[in-house]
Amino acid sequence: MATTLDKVDVVTVGVGWTGGIIAAECAKEGLKVVGLERGQERSTEDYSMVHDEYRYAIRYELMQDLSKETITFRNSRDQKALPMRQLGSFLLGEGLGGAGTHWNGQNWRFLPYDFEIKSMTDAKYGADKLPAEYTLQDWGITYDELEPYFDKFEKTAGISGEDKNPFWGKRSSDYPTPPMKKTPLLSKFETATSNLGYTPFMMPSANLSEAYENPDGQQIAACQYCGFCERFGCEYGAKTSPEITVVPAARATGNYDIRFNANVVEVMKEGDRVTGVRFIDTVTFEEFIQPAEVVVLTSYVMNNAKLLMVSEIGQMYDPETGEGSLGKNYAYQILPGATGFFDDQMNVFMGAGALGMTIDDFNGDSFDHSDLDFIHGASISMTQTGSRPIASNPLPPDTPSWGADFKKASIENYTRTLSVGGQGASMPHRDNYLSLDETYKDVYGVPLLQLTYNFTDQDRALHKYLTEKAVEIMEEMGAKTVVGRSPISDYDIVPYQTTHNTGGTIMGGDPATSVVNNYLQHWDMENLFVVGAGNFAHNGGYNPTGTVGALAYRCAEGVIKYSKDGGSLV
Amino acid sequence: MAEKKNVSRRDFLKTSGIAAGALVGGGIIGGVIGANTRQDTAAPSGGEAGQSGGTETTESVRGLQFFKNQQEFAVLQQATERIFPEDDLGPGAIGLGIPFFIDHQLAGSYGENSREYMQPPFQEGEATQGYQSRLKRNELFRQGLQKMQQEAQGRFEANFVDLEAEQMDEILTAFQDDEVDMQGANAQFFFRLLRQATLNGAYADPIYGGNQNMDAWRMKGFPGHRPSYINEIESEDFVEFDPHSVGDMLS
Repeated sequence: MATTLDKVDVVTVGVGWTGGIIAAECAKEGLKVVGLERGQERSTEDYSMVHDEYRYAIRYELMQDLSKETITFRNSRDQKALPMRQLGSFLLGEGLGGAGTHWNGQNWRFLPYDFEIKSMTDAKYGADKLPAEYTLQDWGITYDELEPYFDKFEKTAGISGEDKNPFWGKRSSDYPTPPMKKTPLLSKFETATSNLGYTPFMMPSANLSEAYENPDGQQIAACQYCGFCERFGCEYGAKTSPEITVVPAARATGNYDIRFNANVVEVMKEGDRVTGVRFIDTVTFEEFIQPAEVVVLTSYVMNNAKLLMVSEIGQMYDPETGEGSLGKNYAYQILPGATGFFDDQMNVFMGAGALGMTIDDFNGDSFDHSDLDFIHGASISMTQTGSRPIASNPLPPDTPSWGADFKKASIENYTRTLSVGGQGASMPHRDNYLSLDETYKDVYGVPLLQLTYNFTDQDRALHKYLTEKAVEIMEEMGAKTVVGRSPISDYDIVPYQTTHNTGGTIMGGDPATSVVNNYLQHWDMENLFVVGAGNFAHNGGYNPTGTVGALAYRCAEGVIKYSKDGGSLV
Repeated sequence: MAEKKNVSRRDFLKTSGIAAGALVGGGIIGGVIGANTRQDTAAPSGGEAGQSGGTETTESVRGLQFFKNQQEFAVLQQATERIFPEDDLGPGAIGLGIPFFIDHQLAGSYGENSREYMQPPFQEGEATQGYQSRLKRNELFRQGLQKMQQEAQGRFEANFVDLEAEQMDEILTAFQDDEVDMQGANAQFFFRLLRQATLNGAYADPIYGGNQNMDAWRMKGFPGHRPSYINEIESEDFVEFDPHSVGDMLS
């Protein structure tokens, strides 16, 4: 028998960036908020001995325990989906702060083009630029409408940057803190890209260039360039994370509680409203019901979609007919790039997760696609994130992967290699989607989410074109040997690629083709909100967090409005 | 040449009459005579001993937590040494303590697959779907090492540990190319796991039992745990640091 808890105004499922932002904003307005987090409490003190590559980066200390829950995967509908038994392609987070704890801190606003991609592509290149199986759609919101929320997230996070990119959207204010230090390695990239006629600028960073107090009164420290960001927590409180900003801001109101080890298994509903959530204590397996006026799904892309599916809320996407929206438009990213081998040793082990320089000359619609067989592109960056010795064993072409020659070459090149990489935008495709698995279950008996995904011709064309650009840049940087990344074939879930999964619970202007409206309010259940990168109708050429943060502030505004007035917000 | 040293070390073991598992890597002898960790590992692998003064600790006693059979452990020692051999840059797998690192990992959550999804049904899929075996890592390692020994007998009528370096490489390559039959698993996956575990043991912080004396970090120019590079990050020149273990924070 489940124990029913006292009703609250708002319950969030998961406490990372989105859950923390919803909590802080709603609690400041006097709403009683409970956050259900299936992982554990953690704070800056827990990261004092975090400079341990094996534990955190290789053995995934901060990541989801797959023995309890994973997803199943297949490349296409004619295959049998099988469980992702080990982490690989992407790293699902767990615990207070979620992926906002182990992110690198590269903080972007998606481009104006992203939000109106269908209309703008059709207007410029014609409606048949991409074949019909690419299910492109506008997001139901414009960059200008979202700009105040971007601004708010950047001020909360204290983002360090410079407004020198001619290709991104207009900003209402400059970055809260100046850009990070331009290291000699970044200067190499700056010089090369300038020589090629591009416009390099410092990457917007949540590893702060200087100490900062945000509008909520929370302190963020200055980055020490220690080189342990992604897959790690920051021992200085210098990489902006939910647990040092929005979570303490929410707690300070007295209106916020977090319940840990609380794994939500169902969104409960009655008629056209949700009534709360059912969760299981991950330690005792006791079952609880948390009633709430408003439910906000704030877990990762995968789990937000899964909870709607197992709770039978919304219409499942059907790839045969194209009808239904839940699970539709799952997208990922593709990673064009080039590696360069140099003669001199470089300080590659120093750095920070978002220490980098970028060009957007080949991102979005910054360049003409009339004669190209793809749309969109990639931000191209060189980052100095801190190379670590287990994962970084760079090998020139034709070097064996073990033995004496391997050892010599990997040691020689560890400090003599740089990479230029693109984050390639990923266009949605009819056959790439999320659904529920019919065979495999999690430890609580709930079906696993099933991912059907493969790279597309658009992806392959984009990858090839952008890799050529990256090779040119690396050659201009003076590398003695330059190796472009191999062309992509089928998506493989084994090697790490990127934790930029998107879609499945997409936002839009039409209930027939989207799951939530532009307040991230569910079309069918007005007191249910779903927020995160799952709302992206396609994936852009940047890291997702900045846009997720903006959507979370937009969503918080929606929850507050709804709590006062009720009804549909659009 | 590393090969020559390997051979001579094996010859030493044979003539000394001490089981390979007990000596190579230096644990038991070193512990008995109370030598420090550095000397333990440097001496049998032919490196220079004691150049920066490690301290005498009980940690210098090494033993096995997972393997029971010294022959299996000896195969692991030689196989990892072939993957990451001693050379003029510095120690190889044995000198770095990598076989002990792997043994300890196999005894814990890594070996037990405690954080992996291990629910049935198990069924083979496409390569892009990743590993689908029912075997835990520690089961896979035991079977894989036994298969290596069988391959040595089958191909050369000798124990794996007594093979010439080139013969060991031939067997490792057969695993890498998935040309050896395994039960409920595949040889290529085992080889990749073994290779990665060897690199993990080389470059993980020495608190895990490999990377003895931080020698792998020294070879590679990685400083280990340092709190800050804010004063060096803008340096035009390569900066060399004496490495530090994250374990230093507790001492």
